[in-house]
Amino acid sequence: MKPGTRLKSAVCDTEVMVIRSGDGQIECGGAAMVEAKTGNTGEPSADLAAGTLMGKRYVDAAGAYELLCVKPGKGSLSVDGAVLVTKDAKPLPASD
Amino acid sequence: MNIALLLEMAAEAAPDRVGLVCDGKRWTYAELLAAARGAAELIEASGAGHVALLDESSEAAVVALFGAGLAGVPYCPLNYRLADADLAGLLDRIAPALIVGDVNRVERLSTGKGHSIHLRAHFVDSAQAARVAEGREYDQGEGVAVQLFTSGTTASPKAAILRHSNLMSYILGTVEFAGADEDDAALVCVPPYHIAGISALMSSIYAQRRIVLLPAFAPESWIKLAEAERVTNAFVVPTMLSRIIETLDASSTNGEEKVDIASLRAISYGGGKMPLEIISRALELFPETGFTNAYGLTETSSTVALLGPDEHRKAHLSDDPKARTRLASVGQPLPTVEIEIRDEDGRCCAPGEAGEIYVRGDQVSGEYKEKSALDAEGWFPTRDAGYIDEEGYLFLSGRADDVIVRGGENMSPGEIEDVLLTHPDVAEACAVAIPSVEWGEAVGIAVVTREGHVQPAEADLKELIRGRLRSSRVPDKVLFVEQLPYNEMGKLLRREVKVLLAD
Repeated sequence: MKPGTRLKSAVCDTEVMVIRSGDGQIECGGAAMVEAKTGNTGEPSADLAAGTLMGKRYVDAAGAYELLCVKPGKGSLSVDGAVLVTKDAKPLPASD
Repeated sequence: MNIALLLEMAAEAAPDRVGLVCDGKRWTYAELLAAARGAAELIEASGAGHVALLDESSEAAVVALFGAGLAGVPYCPLNYRLADADLAGLLDRIAPALIVGDVNRVERLSTGKGHSIHLRAHFVDSAQAARVAEGREYDQGEGVAVQLFTSGTTASPKAAILRHSNLMSYILGTVEFAGADEDDAALVCVPPYHIAGISALMSSIYAQRRIVLLPAFAPESWIKLAEAERVTNAFVVPTMLSRIIETLDASSTNGEEKVDIASLRAISYGGGKMPLEIISRALELFPETGFTNAYGLTETSSTVALLGPDEHRKAHLSDDPKARTRLASVGQPLPTVEIEIRDEDGRCCAPGEAGEIYVRGDQVSGEYKEKSALDAEGWFPTRDAGYIDEEGYLFLSGRADDVIVRGGENMSPGEIEDVLLTHPDVAEACAVAIPSVEWGEAVGIAVVTREGHVQPAEADLKELIRGRLRSSRVPDKVLFVEQLPYNEMGKLLRREVKVLLAD
């Protein structure tokens, strides 16, 4: 998936921007995310419904994937079934 | 990824929150986004290849920056302080452009170039009134977001290019989305054509920190605005801080009513060398304020290294002279940036050893319109000289290419020398930086009198420069010498001239 691609959840309101990506399948709420959608096609699966937070970056363990949440929703983000976690960077003082 | 995403996200999360205050008018994120989207329509309709701002800071800077981003056209704020001849050259280079600001000057200097020129109010009003089709698509942000003309040493300014990807890496890597408190406000007083003026807009919008614009800096108005808007954050260049402190000190000795700027939690500074006495005085005058020294360049999308508030206090309070010197450091690289010092042969320097500063990272563009300055491994040679100490703190020791940085303003020695050489009694001339408590650096000149001529008066040389260039170029010190020092290749040894003038 190309950096800058905007993906939408098929099962909740979540939208992400792809910052970094490999060839795996990016999912939200257990369902593959899509570039264009007309409406939700179900609910997030129960074990993938922790929700996404606006402005958080989500990464996989290997650091191959990074997604920026630009619209929050009820589902959890995953790649090929492996749940992504938020990237917690040490806050920097404002410098400009 | 388009930089407009920053404003879109702020408007999505907090549409009614005030994002910007300028000249008493308040703009919410939703209003700013709507105006930027309208501006994108104007820009597209104009067929412009660049969007330029020839104006002081205002809401138009935000509208033009993000409007240009949405339309996929580079935003190119211009230095309105440039002399006519220089500005005319730049206006021609960006033609045809949609230009906001000084309509008369553009019409006078760059006629028949196909520019679409708007007064500030007209541009903002038209952007707000523009019809935007529902669900329309915008530029993907794969190209150039910002183009800034650097005031380099060469005669013709270089067009530094910052891609959407550079600026987005910088913001996403350094700013927490919506990380600011509802009451936070950042006072922005750097000019819009400076990289710090652009990054300040993006950082604050993404953090949802209210931007308070001060279009023209004066210490009294800075203090007044900081008090009135309960400002919490501010960025200044060293000269500004020095003048603010002077004004505060003067008002307290005059027994004037005490100003209340205790809301100021954080002051960051950069853009030139901060004299130790000034920062020490500032730390005493603002005991509760966190100071951050930021080092960065246009070509690196602003900050690449910083010295944080705790490090300032620690160095300031230390009795150890070595620890105290850290106050003069620009700190450590950002976690997302690598910094190396290299000697003239390109080898990495040992700790404490001075060389040229190289920077690498996604935010580093190192690219000019003509060519990229990055090496094969992606390192950008900054042309700044410096060293890194044993604990990884970066110290700057001047500009590798002898640019004079007076109060945050970069001046090339060449332009001053060129003017001096037009004097009939001057055979050779060299302009260098000399230390100045007030400005960080000021101009010093060494002059060789033409053979058989009478030595010109100091005042005449100063008058000559004042008449042809800006007053900031007028030398503080003039030295007449028998000859200038050159190396065997005929290259002027500016370092030696500096030593002569320092005496």
